[in-house]
Amino acid sequence: MGQRVAMTGNIAVANAMRQINPDVCAAYPITPSTEIMQQFSSFVADGLVKTVLVPAESEHSAMSACIGAAGAGGRVMTATSSQGLALMWEMLFIAAGNRLPIVLAMANRALSAPINIHGDTSDAMGARDSGWIQIFSENAQEAYDNLIQAVRIAEHLDVRLPVMVGMDGFIISHSIESMELLEDEAVRDFVGEYIPNRPLLDIQNPRTYGPLDLQDYYIEHKRQEYEAMKNAKSVILEVARDFSDRFGREYGLFESYRLDDAEVAIVVLNSAAGTVKTVIDALRADGVKAGLLKPRIFRPFPADEIAAALSGVKAVCVMDRADGVNAVGGPLFPEFRSALYDSNPRPMMINKVFGLGGRDLGLHHVREVFAELQTIAETGKIETLAEYITVRN
Amino acid sequence: MSNLKNWKELTPGAVIEEAGNAAEYVTGGWRTYRPVLDEEKCIHCLTCWISCPDTAVIVRDEKMTGFDYDHCKGCGVCADVCPKKVQAISMEQEGK
Ligand code: SF4
Ligand code: SF4
Repeated sequence: MGQRVAMTGNIAVANAMRQINPDVCAAYPITPSTEIMQQFSSFVADGLVKTVLVPAESEHSAMSACIGAAGAGGRVMTATSSQGLALMWEMLFIAAGNRLPIVLAMANRALSAPINIHGDTSDAMGARDSGWIQIFSENAQEAYDNLIQAVRIAEHLDVRLPVMVGMDGFIISHSIESMELLEDEAVRDFVGEYIPNRPLLDIQNPRTYGPLDLQDYYIEHKRQEYEAMKNAKSVILEVARDFSDRFGREYGLFESYRLDDAEVAIVVLNSAAGTVKTVIDALRADGVKAGLLKPRIFRPFPADEIAAALSGVKAVCVMDRADGVNAVGGPLFPEFRSALYDSNPRPMMINKVFGLGGRDLGLHHVREVFAELQTIAETGKIETLAEYITVRN
Repeated sequence: MSNLKNWKELTPGAVIEEAGNAAEYVTGGWRTYRPVLDEEKCIHCLTCWISCPDTAVIVRDEKMTGFDYDHCKGCGVCADVCPKKVQAISMEQEGK
């Protein structure tokens, strides 16, 4: 059995990396994920891992080094946040297109400008169409468990895609929580030995990575990437099953909280889900049938499963801790709404953009959202399709 | 495009398993001027050979023997670097 410890999300993630013991870790630390690399570099200095640490001169270079190391045949990890992920943007597509199973720990943070170091998911949403698998975590335990599972998902031969694992910057990255740290051996056994696929360092079989791919082949390779992303869904569930068999904690494509008979429901990522659960418990005690769908996997997007889970709900609010600035609503909203388009019955749906730049989401905000959803469920009318909340009006 | 592989037959990530197969990709069609060698004049100094950006100068037994027109792009570097007293390479317009 593992050990009960009190740790910040960052230290939990650094410990997962220590237990995974990747071959190469290239990074350019940035707030609020700095502590991950700071702690991990101590593990390297103390000889607790065999990892080659590459301190790069920028995140673009860090991801480039990760791509080179992964192409060479190494198990590769990194960590970043916000502007760091934004600076990696060009290279994210190259990691995915080259089908390199890099795992990235991400402490989600707002994007400049104005400059802000606190938690929202704008960084991850900017990378949502880069070909990376995206996993989100409510708390330190989930960030730790998800990172360990991410290695198996990324490296599965039906997938071979990079994976980013998010948690809220500061709210989770810097808060100390009680959680279970698994035994080193158990984690090593779970992730297993890495067998690279067509590595560059296999010098008996010289090969080329990253060739020019024009009208005659590019779309075929994109079609492969699409297939790999589709395959990821069942691989994610298979890895989660093995994880729960060994360690007892259950994971799926999303978490349904008191959703089975719910008439009103909220969809929200990351730590805000904890706040929503607290309100749901209170509402349930008053007889309100409230529920939550907390997405764990945003890429691949589990549209069919989401539709099945939300179809019977009367009114749903998708809450985005990021704004697409498309003058409609946040990035989760159109995808969730589209997933339910063919459902019968179909819930009425609204969107709230909240908590940008780390602005707190209070219990009263969530209660107000549920009250609005109850009115929509009763009247069948939506007053405001999408709007900002937790903002001074 | 019927003889090209479909998406299921290709290596993932566009990895090329065969070393050096760029030679199969014929690029000489870009050329508007072609280098022509005057074998009488050539002193086999091989300056053209080390200067050609497309390794399109063919050397056998340390002797310059001509050009690989499948890959020569007609840039004229070889003609330019050939020693002034020798001038064994002339650039002639394609299609003439
Ligand atoms: S013209 Fe240019 S490409 Fe052709 S042989 Fe001369 S140097 Fe090489
Ligand atoms: S540079 Fe001129 S002289 Fe020298 S090998 Fe080439 S063609 Fe011959």
